[in-house]
Amino acid sequence: MGRCGRGSITLRCVAMAGIGATACNQIFALVDVNNFYVSCERVFNPALENKPVVVLSNNDGCAVARSNQVKALGIKMGTPWFKFKDLAKEHNIIVLSSNYTLYGDMSDRVMTILRGYSPNVEIYSIDESFLSLNGMSSLWPAAVDMGQSIRYRVRKWTGLPVCVGIGPSKTLAKLANHLAKTRPEMEGVCDLVSMPQAELDAYLSTTEVGEVWGVGRRIGAHLDAAGIKTAKALRDAPPSWLRAKFGVVMERTGNELRGASCLALEEITAPRKQIVSSRSFGQLVHTLAVLSESVTSYMTSAAEKLRRQRSVCEAVQVFIATNPFREQDAQYSNSITVPLPNPSCDTRLLVRAALFGLKKIYRPGLAYKKAGVMLTGIGDAGVIQRSLLVQHGVGEKSEKLMEAMDALNRRFGRNTVAIASAGTNRAWRMRRECMSPCYTTSWNDVPIVHADH
Amino acid sequence: MTIIIPFDPSSSSTLPYLQPAVIDPLVCVLPLLLHRVPAGFPSPADEYVEKGLDLNTYLVRNKTATFFFRVIGDSMTGANIHDGDMLVVDRSIEPKHRHIVLAVINNEYTVKRLYHQDGVIELHAENAAYPPIRFGEHDELQVWGVVVGAVSRFAV
Repeated sequence: MGRCGRGSITLRCVAMAGIGATACNQIFALVDVNNFYVSCERVFNPALENKPVVVLSNNDGCAVARSNQVKALGIKMGTPWFKFKDLAKEHNIIVLSSNYTLYGDMSDRVMTILRGYSPNVEIYSIDESFLSLNGMSSLWPAAVDMGQSIRYRVRKWTGLPVCVGIGPSKTLAKLANHLAKTRPEMEGVCDLVSMPQAELDAYLSTTEVGEVWGVGRRIGAHLDAAGIKTAKALRDAPPSWLRAKFGVVMERTGNELRGASCLALEEITAPRKQIVSSRSFGQLVHTLAVLSESVTSYMTSAAEKLRRQRSVCEAVQVFIATNPFREQDAQYSNSITVPLPNPSCDTRLLVRAALFGLKKIYRPGLAYKKAGVMLTGIGDAGVIQRSLLVQHGVGEKSEKLMEAMDALNRRFGRNTVAIASAGTNRAWRMRRECMSPCYTTSWNDVPIVHADH
Repeated sequence: MTIIIPFDPSSSSTLPYLQPAVIDPLVCVLPLLLHRVPAGFPSPADEYVEKGLDLNTYLVRNKTATFFFRVIGDSMTGANIHDGDMLVVDRSIEPKHRHIVLAVINNEYTVKRLYHQDGVIELHAENAAYPPIRFGEHDELQVWGVVVGAVSRFAV
């Protein structure tokens, strides 16, 4: 095994020299679950296997996950539900509301498995992770073997299909993942590090520039107009020209494509500088009372996030809006920022400030579709400026109360203890008409196994 | 030898200079005993205190690959799996002959004992009222996971 491993190191360096890299010491893998939400649903509902399945966003708005059969029907990511309702009926597409509790639990399981392969894991999104494979090569005959092992284990332990892309930079690992997904002959694992130069060139020249990580739709169109249509063309463009024409970010993408790693693994996420909690309502809302309930509820969850990262905020912003798609209705949207008397993370003070702002911007006689809050001026809770004036929502009493509230809600479930103005009726809350059960997180929802035939 | 100096409230000079007691600024953290000491011997068991028993550690070997299912029906009563029981299913275990498995039959989950010998694959119930399910050469048996435990809760 050790011998074999050493062999693969040499191979890697040779291959990397082929890519023309300056750094020979970086190697990344990107592991991504195929059609994540749909795959999670399929694990617990075998009737969905080999059927067209689509998962809708919050409030059943638009398609956020599609099975391959649905992709083949030409339904794009983000297509509004009302636009493909007829098509769904015609092709017997199974439509589900998103069940984030289930997806979150399954995501945790996948990430736990991945930590068994590398001590350095960056959770990039709910269904994607970057792994640093530096120094791992002696453990496996070849990187592809490790990729296949990851694929097998995740599938076996969780039932979820994943693809693995391996490259000398994050951008190339991402591209490798795309190739692993779209080319069946790769069997779900693509290693660009050990790929011969000619083969690599061939792949890069058939990959559209828009598929490259960091190339958005707008900049993709600009690149296209400048004659850069493929990933290979972007890689071979002179760095100075890229920088002059498209900025330093695109120059870096060019370097990454040449195999020079510029983006490091981000294992610890920096505390957020802004926390937003907002949602569209399940039905239109007219009264200040109901709007207040929703704003209280959003602020409660924003304040929880704030305390979780041990921060305080200096101001809160509240916004409300009517539905711009209902052109027959009068339109209105507004926001207001309410500065706090002193930085705080106390739900009671934050809610009071938000409701104060809401009252200022609320206009009667309108049908509201959306409301939200944003916390700004976020700073470290440990660094608080003392004041001679009376402080609100700080100090030992407030801290202890908030700690107790968070602990109760963690232990007995969300909203066990909440601010009374959040209400108990919640007619405005999200519409999720065809949500699957929370198979893995609620005893009442665990799947049924038959012992009756 | 203790020197007792008579106390004279009118004069301060009679008191000798005494070294003040050192207040150690470092907090010395000692492990807190888990029970009260009734002014006698400390419990000899203190050195051996361990965490309480957690059923999770007894039932779950691989948390990442473990899922729970609720049983309906009485076809597995011979294996002590009863209607309403909670099954602990581990996906990471390779199914073998005589394992109790969770299989997918006609898009439903079924719990049965796996019979796999001499090229014959069958799923056996543990109740004479239910016949075994046989698999032909071209049939595919889909095993979802291996059942590693069952939990019952009784009405009280």
